[in-house]
Amino acid sequence: MRKTITLEVNGASETAEVEVGTTLLRLLRDGLDLTGTKEGCNEGECGSCMVLLDGRPVNACLVLAVEADGARVTTVEGLSRDGLLHPLQRAFLAHAAVQCGFCTPGMIVSAVALLRDDPDPSEDAVRRALSGNLCRCTGYRQIVDAVRAAAAALRAGEGAPEPPRRAETRPTALPVREEVPA
Amino acid sequence: MPSDLDYRSPSTVDHALALMSEAPGGAFLLGGTDLLPQMRTGRRAPSVLVDLKRIAELREIRETADGGLSIGAAVPLADVETHPLVRARYALLAECVSTVGAWPLRQRATLAGNICNASPAADTAVALLAFDAVVGAVSSEGRRTLPMSRFFTGPGRTALRPGELVTDVVLPATSRGFAGSYLRLSRRKGMDLATVGVLVGRSDGELPPRYRIALAAVAPTPIRAVAAEELLEARGPKAAAEAAELAMDACAPITDLRGSAEYRREMVGVLVRRGVAMLERKARP
Ligand SMILES: Cc1cc2nc3c(=O)[nH]c(=O)nc-3n(C[C@H](O)[C@H](O)[C@H](O)COP(=O)(O)OP(=O)(O)OC[C@H]3O[C@@H](n4cnc5c(N)ncnc54)[C@H](O)[C@@H]3O)c2cc1C
Ligand code: FES
Ligand code: FES
Repeated sequence: MRKTITLEVNGASETAEVEVGTTLLRLLRDGLDLTGTKEGCNEGECGSCMVLLDGRPVNACLVLAVEADGARVTTVEGLSRDGLLHPLQRAFLAHAAVQCGFCTPGMIVSAVALLRDDPDPSEDAVRRALSGNLCRCTGYRQIVDAVRAAAAALRAGEGAPEPPRRAETRPTALPVREEVPA
Repeated sequence: MPSDLDYRSPSTVDHALALMSEAPGGAFLLGGTDLLPQMRTGRRAPSVLVDLKRIAELREIRETADGGLSIGAAVPLADVETHPLVRARYALLAECVSTVGAWPLRQRATLAGNICNASPAADTAVALLAFDAVVGAVSSEGRRTLPMSRFFTGPGRTALRPGELVTDVVLPATSRGFAGSYLRLSRRKGMDLATVGVLVGRSDGELPPRYRIALAAVAPTPIRAVAAEELLEARGPKAAAEAAELAMDACAPITDLRGSAEYRREMVGVLVRRGVAMLERKARP
């Protein structure tokens, strides 16, 4: 059965007609051409499909598009602004936390949610927040380093495009946005 | 998934029940972390999904009149494990919840979904059994409560009637403040079901203390090892080895890809002894 849904994706309102069985992942990739969100296992195990749904990190392969009717979705494409990469994206590049790159969008989306709630996460907290993201190239050491470096950069006031906040919780204080050299 | 699959998202419990009675082949949907994978492999083929997440009444955690805590069916596990009252009064539940899948999975997965799916390895069930939790349910025949001790009837089976909807899970005031640990063996730390799960708990500030031992993944359903609890209550921690034997007798494990029946039974013994020893260490810092 087909249903018409309206949702906000990376700040833009989108209306789509979808089969009930269509996942949010398929809608993003096939319907909206947002292929930054990856399909790995399609069963909730790998985290390569991670997106923010109303601010929460979720596996888009385990969410039906119809369940996201009226919701706000942020994908990895929504993190950079005007060609300026998010500090997490820059830190992943700087720390060689990207090998084949397949897990990277999912890792970064999970990390965005973590740094919004915990601006100074311990190594343990980073590992816990990324426990739902697998990297088959197994560059975990570099990934954890990159997340902690990005946290430090954000705390030092390095400009972050405003990450979307969770609806129900009180927003945690974020560093003021500043101009960042390219 | 079939192309005639329908989806409804009612905003009241009454409407959800009505939708389900119109479509007996329907399924309630919470986080979908069990249901959607099962539909993809063809194990389940509902005609309509009745999504309960937009029903406000099911989305809250609230104190009951007699000092217990009611956790609504649609509250995500992430909100259960971070809730201040859960952490302060039922820390062992928060610990069990935090072992389910990984952080993002728990943004969707729920307590009610975990027990309705009735996996022998359901990690939250051990704490709910240990705490004598009560399941609130409603159907066209009215509301009723089911004690956790009678909720599971077999692997994937519960005492719910067809079309009956779980509204909440209530933790009684008498189960506040248990100390202890949930000792869980799995092949990797995140994202794997338990091979063996053993909860060992003891009430705080009562003489003699009450003990709780609950087991996951070693029987057709999660279970309590009552004989082992009673022995510890009668004879104290020095009876740990005998209590471990009684817990091993209580289980009926199977062999599967995660471990053999012999290994599981042996580990129940090891983990019960370890859990009791950990209580002693915590008590005398
Ligand atoms: C990658 C992965 C890892 C996992 N790891 C674990 C783990 O470590 N430990 C563990 O215990 N589980 C694990 N699970 C299983 C699952 O995530 C949990 O059981 C979860 O709590 C299910 O909750 P849900 O809200 O997603 O349920 P759903 O999938 O929405 O529903 C589960 C079942 O309950 C029924 N149902 C839903 N709501 C109601 C209601 N109100 N009344 C009556 N019936 C209802 C549904 O029809 C369905 O049959 C894992 C799953 C995945 C995909
Ligand atoms: S594709 Fe969604 S978790 Fe693997
Ligand atoms: S970089 Fe290749 S999977 Fe992580």
